[in-house]
Amino acid sequence: MSEGVETVGLDTPPRLAVDRLLDDRETRIIVCCGAGGVGKTTTAAALGVRAAGRGRKAVVLTIDPARRLAQSMGIDSLDNTPRRVEVAGEDGGELHAMMLDMKRTFDEIVEAHADAERARAILANPFYQSLSAGFAGTQEYMAMEKLGQLRARDDWDLIIVDTPPSRSALDFLDAPKRLGSFLDGKFIRVLMAPAKVGGRAGMKFLNVGMSMMTGTLSKLMGASLLKDVQTFVAAMDTMFGGFRTRADATFRLLQAPGTAFLVVAAPEPDALREAAYFVERLAEERMPLAGLVLNRVHASGADQLSAERALAAAENLEEGGIVDQESGKAGLRDTAAEPPGADDDTTAVDRITAGLLRLHAERMQVIAREQRTRDRFTSLHPEVAVTEVAALPGDVHDLAGLRAIGERLAAGVPAGA
Amino acid sequence: MRAPGAEWLGSVDVSRLQVVSGKGGTGKTTVAAALALALAREGRRTLLVEVEGRQGLAQLFGAEALPYEERKIAVAPGGGEVFALAIDAERALLDYLQMFYKLGSAGRALKKLGAIDFATTIAPGLRDVLLTGKACEAVRRKDKAGQYVYDHVVMDAPPTGRITRFLNVNDEVAGLARFGPIHNQAQAVMKVLKSPETAVHLVTLLEEMPVQETADGIAELREAGLPVGRVVVNMVRPHHLDEDTLRTAAEDHRAGVAKALSRAGLGGARRGGLAERLVEPLLAQAAEHAGRVELERAQRSVLAGLDLPTYELPLLGAGMDLAGLYELAKELRKQSVAE
Repeated sequence: MSEGVETVGLDTPPRLAVDRLLDDRETRIIVCCGAGGVGKTTTAAALGVRAAGRGRKAVVLTIDPARRLAQSMGIDSLDNTPRRVEVAGEDGGELHAMMLDMKRTFDEIVEAHADAERARAILANPFYQSLSAGFAGTQEYMAMEKLGQLRARDDWDLIIVDTPPSRSALDFLDAPKRLGSFLDGKFIRVLMAPAKVGGRAGMKFLNVGMSMMTGTLSKLMGASLLKDVQTFVAAMDTMFGGFRTRADATFRLLQAPGTAFLVVAAPEPDALREAAYFVERLAEERMPLAGLVLNRVHASGADQLSAERALAAAENLEEGGIVDQESGKAGLRDTAAEPPGADDDTTAVDRITAGLLRLHAERMQVIAREQRTRDRFTSLHPEVAVTEVAALPGDVHDLAGLRAIGERLAAGVPAGA
Repeated sequence: MRAPGAEWLGSVDVSRLQVVSGKGGTGKTTVAAALALALAREGRRTLLVEVEGRQGLAQLFGAEALPYEERKIAVAPGGGEVFALAIDAERALLDYLQMFYKLGSAGRALKKLGAIDFATTIAPGLRDVLLTGKACEAVRRKDKAGQYVYDHVVMDAPPTGRITRFLNVNDEVAGLARFGPIHNQAQAVMKVLKSPETAVHLVTLLEEMPVQETADGIAELREAGLPVGRVVVNMVRPHHLDEDTLRTAAEDHRAGVAKALSRAGLGGARRGGLAERLVEPLLAQAAEHAGRVELERAQRSVLAGLDLPTYELPLLGAGMDLAGLYELAKELRKQSVAE
């Protein structure tokens, strides 16, 4: 690397103007998605704080926040409804936040859409209890369901959604469709067959096939489980139409112009690979992508000094300064612990300076590596607007921290160290 | 339960199913792969399985997307072999139906009906039963001579937040399907998972959130009666300066540092010279570094409180590649021998 480092490539991506997005009253839903561990929840919360500060009446739907972050927003107790978070905002600006309780969300749907007796039967069904307690997929359905509910209430002018830490980051997009195809599918009719046999004379032939099939299923699942499933499906039957309609509506909501997707990533190969995949899927689904939030980006206030020069200078100092030791390259790792002699102040300062230079070299290497990773993403998707958030030394778990992140999101360029 | 730790890589009497979990972003796939390499020593054979359909292993080894088939992916130093398999729930179910019920065509009919889709994506837990079941099958598989086909199976598992539920799913399903083949299958898998044949390792970074999740994850695993193995601290950064040295630098030696930089050939030390201008940002970076060291120390003491054997793997300066993987495997072996 030459002096001056980080020569900006020809294909510098456009900047994502976060404040413009938040200030635009047409923006009604912001969905934060991305791989696990990249700071989705923190980003969603920080956007909420900033939006409220700029006069929006915002609600943040978090899926699985870290405990201390949840506490700082007062949403650590699960009651599945948004609560007001006290933040200083412009007139009209408010922040509400909630943490998704998927079982409660599912129960509420059942209670709202089935008569009391049927609802009781469903809630007591063992198959339902396992399903709602969060097996693979339930969280995704319920997150989308909750989003639909919040939107329908129309109490907020901006909804910011965090997405579940799924096995695939796209599960939440696929969940409503999957539910739909299941409900439309033949399988559900097979499951229901015993309940419906009789009424349809014309389906005799089909029914033979079906009873053979349920026989097979019974053999596989054990008769008791099959019966639980059948009872469940039968009890849910009347509700399925509603599920389907709402799933479709939510999906359309995600395609609507008022929705903005933010793909969140860290400048690491895995996270950005997933981000690229996401960008492609969103385009396929015709869902509006606002841009990429790149968290934990490193920068240096001394980036005019390259890693190579810093290392050479460090070696130079160590060799010159530690002449009485057998190897000048012993390095600071070992020598820093030794107390410097009273009369060799220069040696001590040289050692310290060499350490500073080695630290700097390491930082520059990190920056270069991050840049290479980002360049790969940018060359694949040069059209995607990007905002960068500088790496923080520690975790964020208070409103002041979220506000600081919000400022960095809006500034879009990491401040020099 | 066997006390974990004493003999991890060093002995034959080591858990045959090694499950590697960790918070997203901690590098659990990398650690799982390095572990598989480390275990494949002296002609041994390990199987590395992936259950999340992400093709992370193929990426890591620079191979093409893995098919649903066990395929040799690397040779370990000393001649051991690492095989890899990306478990696909649907294929695992069809296999299973074929194996136990000879349901070749009925399986296809079920698929056409959407039953397979239902089983692998919607039916509660079945997907996870299939994934864990396939891994356990590989653990127990023997060749004609009665020898285990794989000495070890290493699983790149779901993240910490979901690992207990994932591994424990068979318990729940065994309760749901109170008898019948699914019940039996679920119980057989659970027997392997809760035995000393299994060890669940959690990968973390020296940062607050991953460490907290690790602590929570261990508590959950223990409560569920699942065998906790080790904590693997990943991406540990070297420390170039201790705080005391740094404080001295910041307080007393600004001018001295500028002079030293100048002596090392980095421009003038006088006001406005390059060396002088470098002092401030370099000290700022050092202060950040010291802050991080402080945080890391706090996290280390949290980890120490967990009272589990720990491995530390260094952050690789050049980023992760195949050479880095072998380096990490070497490190794992070294640390297990040193114990």
